[in-house]
Amino acid sequence: MTRRIRPLALAAAALAIPVALTGCAASSGASGDDNQLSIVGFSVMKNANEPVISAFQKTDAGKDVSFTTSYGASGDQARAVIGGLHADEVHLSLEPDMTKVVEADLVDPGWKDNATKGILTDSVVVFLVRKGNPLGIKSWDDLVKPDVKVITPSPESSGSAKWNILAAWAHAAHAPGGNDAKAKDFVTKLLHNTIAMPGSAADAMASFLAGNGDVLVAYENDSIAARASGEDVDYVVPDDTLLIQNPAAVTTDASPAAQDFLDFQLGKEGQTLYAEAGFRPVLDGVEADVPGAEDPSDPFPTVKHLYTVDQDFGGWSKADLEFFGDDTGIITKIISGLNIGS
Amino acid sequence: MTSAVLDQDTRAVGRGRPGVRSTLTPGASLGLGIAMTWFSLLVLIPLAAIVATAGQNGWQGYVDTLTNPQTWAAIKLTVGQSLLVTGVNVVMGTMIAWVLVRDRFWGKRLLDLMIDIPFAMPTIVAGLVLLGVYGPDSPLGINVSNTRTSVTLALAFVTLPFIVRTVQPVLAELDADVEEAAASLGAGRLAVLRRIVLPSIIPAVTAGAALSFARAISEYGSLVLLSGSLPFHTEAVSVRVFSFIEGGDRTSAAALATIMLGVALAVIIALDVIQRRVARRG
Repeated sequence: MTRRIRPLALAAAALAIPVALTGCAASSGASGDDNQLSIVGFSVMKNANEPVISAFQKTDAGKDVSFTTSYGASGDQARAVIGGLHADEVHLSLEPDMTKVVEADLVDPGWKDNATKGILTDSVVVFLVRKGNPLGIKSWDDLVKPDVKVITPSPESSGSAKWNILAAWAHAAHAPGGNDAKAKDFVTKLLHNTIAMPGSAADAMASFLAGNGDVLVAYENDSIAARASGEDVDYVVPDDTLLIQNPAAVTTDASPAAQDFLDFQLGKEGQTLYAEAGFRPVLDGVEADVPGAEDPSDPFPTVKHLYTVDQDFGGWSKADLEFFGDDTGIITKIISGLNIGS
Repeated sequence: MTSAVLDQDTRAVGRGRPGVRSTLTPGASLGLGIAMTWFSLLVLIPLAAIVATAGQNGWQGYVDTLTNPQTWAAIKLTVGQSLLVTGVNVVMGTMIAWVLVRDRFWGKRLLDLMIDIPFAMPTIVAGLVLLGVYGPDSPLGINVSNTRTSVTLALAFVTLPFIVRTVQPVLAELDADVEEAAASLGAGRLAVLRRIVLPSIIPAVTAGAALSFARAISEYGSLVLLSGSLPFHTEAVSVRVFSFIEGGDRTSAAALATIMLGVALAVIIALDVIQRRVARRG
């Protein structure tokens, strides 16, 4: 309808687009000065990091250092850093997210070469239940009993859910008498008892605290944090479960203070503060008072059979593909085959 | 999905009389140029990028996405629920608009203001509120969480204002004299409604229905807490797209988004055809 005016419109467009694009390009990529550290972490670190940062600022190494922080879902944070978000330190919920950052040349491939193999915080997979544990949930086998309503975040979108599902798998596959066929059967049953698979651990927690379900499969530190904030819930550490290991690393263009901060986080003081927030220390001999722990005298009870991704699944790069690969992953296939309600 | 909304708007303004000579002055031409540039930067270029990303695996990418049973279940759920909710809105939205325009009652102004609240609220908050009222701890004793009804409920909540707000001004403009004249000539209430009121408001109802449908198929925030996102059961397309993105599979995410764009376009065109038919008959 408007043949006459097209040249003008085109001219305006031709002028505006390069201007706009130049504007975008100019605004990114600026990096901070030496005394400003940008910490990019996964969601739950928001509260846990605050006391660690202020304690670091009281040390000689940290007294002139200021911080900017960004917290969000682990996968989103990794993508943001790859997409240009400036970071001096990245702290993610699982190794495959770190691997993506390493592959983008933003973290040195040797990031695992330290005393904790690149791990900054530990936790274990536990069961969050209603106050007083009315269903008497004790072990993984209780989760697949009829009429037990389970919530776990979706392993398709949430890193924390991958820890949960691998823990369930390990229980059925790697316990005495277990094998892969039993594990497949067990995880299928568990998913059939699952009434909600929210997109993230935070959404799953919100859904459970709103009253949905009997059991939330969760991180121990999240469960401790929920109780510390006054929620009417208990948690159960099963006899056999999976060790959750959250990696952290300084970036390749980080200011020198970033390594000082990471060393502080990994040291006794840092680990004590993280323990107070509910994380299992990566060092031996850390004593902490843990508000919200189920048993304050023994806040981190020893797990009889503690599985690890490295020992029981051959490392994350193998496990991620084998279990959660796009079309071929064992868990991906189980979920595709559920066909609940249709 | 945004394109669907904008599509609707531009169509309503520039409804085509093809072949009519443009009457734009140079000033208006510049205005159109700026408008098109803005529209391109915001909508057309990003949309083209999505379609291009989706096309990386060729047609096979679309076929793979569509034949994945979990994705197909999500599409069926989302489109079905969106159609259902749009149908409910056509009736309830028109009724609310009618009450707000034609009746006088205590609290009318307040109700009129409150209609827009689903627009104004971040939808994740809406989801949280709905979970509080219609979840396991419901004070009303109604628990729909993690069921398909929760999807209907969430979509109905976020799309409620569309038809109310498109029909309301048209009803307000409608001359009550014409209805009175028809009544005095012996037309019954139903005949007045069918022959006079409905033909006038049908374009507004279909415009609102198109907006409502487009909004419903793209809804994410209010569903994440309320629906439980259970694969094959309550997992909506937007949640599925989120899973694809979190899993690093951008091509499938873009393919699914493109498919939904096609669905939105098809429904909007269908609504337009219906509206023209009805208008002609009226």
